[in-house]
Amino acid sequence: MNKVVAGADEAVRDIPSGAMLMLGGFGLCGIPENCIAALVKTGVNNLTCISNNAGIDGFGIGLLLQTRQVKKMISSYVGENAEFERQLLSGELEVELVPQGTLATRCMATGYGMPAVYLQAGYGTEVAEGKEIREFNGKNYLLEHAFDSDFAIVKAWKGDRMGNLIFKDTARNFNPLMAMAGKITIAEVEELVEPGELDPNYIHTPGIYVHRIFKGSNYEKRIEQRTVRKKS
Amino acid sequence: MALNKEQIARRIAQELQDGYYVNLGIGIPTLVANYIPEGVNVILQSENGLLGMGPFPFEGEEDADLINAGKQTITTLPGAAFFDSAMSFGMIRAGKVDLTVLGAMEVADNGDIANWKIPKKMVKGMGGAMDLVAAAKNIIVAMQHTNPKGESKLLPQCSLPLTGVGCVRKVVSDLGVFDVTPDGFVCIEHAPGVTIEEIKAKTAGRLTIAAYVKEMVV
Repeated sequence: MNKVVAGADEAVRDIPSGAMLMLGGFGLCGIPENCIAALVKTGVNNLTCISNNAGIDGFGIGLLLQTRQVKKMISSYVGENAEFERQLLSGELEVELVPQGTLATRCMATGYGMPAVYLQAGYGTEVAEGKEIREFNGKNYLLEHAFDSDFAIVKAWKGDRMGNLIFKDTARNFNPLMAMAGKITIAEVEELVEPGELDPNYIHTPGIYVHRIFKGSNYEKRIEQRTVRKKS
Repeated sequence: MALNKEQIARRIAQELQDGYYVNLGIGIPTLVANYIPEGVNVILQSENGLLGMGPFPFEGEEDADLINAGKQTITTLPGAAFFDSAMSFGMIRAGKVDLTVLGAMEVADNGDIANWKIPKKMVKGMGGAMDLVAAAKNIIVAMQHTNPKGESKLLPQCSLPLTGVGCVRKVVSDLGVFDVTPDGFVCIEHAPGVTIEEIKAKTAGRLTIAAYVKEMVV
């Protein structure tokens, strides 16, 4: 079994305009930098992107916004991006804001084969508008649906040819959830190894969920808020 | 004198108990970590997938793969654990996190909170705030008592879009400490030098003063 593709260009080659994509990452941490760059090159448009954030101006999903390739964002927090705000206010871009835990759990439901889940977040707020509400044990929950995502694009630390993945630190975030949720899942990894080199005890995403994998290159790994303390 | 942000954080830190798992929001809540009382061990949860968050890294040791929910570079403490975003909110939803501290733009006297959106002005998204307030078992709000115009932010009902309903248990403001009860806000402490009259004048929501009201120790 060999799921390895040559690189990002080949991995995203058949993603068509109008596709619904999941993109892993939290802020700029653990985002699939190589695939985003490749999507900019293909020029596909009218994309619906499910991603916790929308990148920043000139990096991450911000690159796809700059080139007007995104029709709709489904995110929990989009505050770091002036171009995003401009497109939103001018009506060029649709946005569905989803509470972060609900977003994560809807991704999880997709990967676990569950059509919908009942969640508390947003009850009594505008997020609840139009949603079925059901009471369990005296508390009210909203019916939240799984996604029908065509492709999931994730970034892992290590992976093998069979698609098994290991994530690093807080770069894990949405990545393993989205990896499970794509009809086609593409993983870019920093280290690509042979089957057997990764200890099966430490696999976060079993290869069954991953269809294409490649070793990414030139990771920039930008930091949004560099906070440090001085050595005393 | 009304309290400064550090003093608000210091007062909230007094609520921490040994062994607590705690989620601190962005802003004043983050400062609470600087004032954890001696002998009290708490484990900080960051909702992007970490238990056991440590201080900022030393210069040159920052790692882009290791950030908190405010996207700041951080470190881990011994015994830390990483997990995905679904598990992170799962542990919050299931009541495993003992205390959540977050900021607010408005709090109503029934415990409603608004802190994510100002229509037509600020529409950045709710991030994890709605999940936290809907599910956390104990929520303390750290906030300024009034807005820059001097208008009360402790209200009969929120005017801004809600983040959650009936969820706030306690408010620590620059003027005092307030329990949120079925009878509205109950002032249990006042800041040093702040009079009960000032608190009454600056609280628009239902307010009673506890018989046992005392001066805050900060």
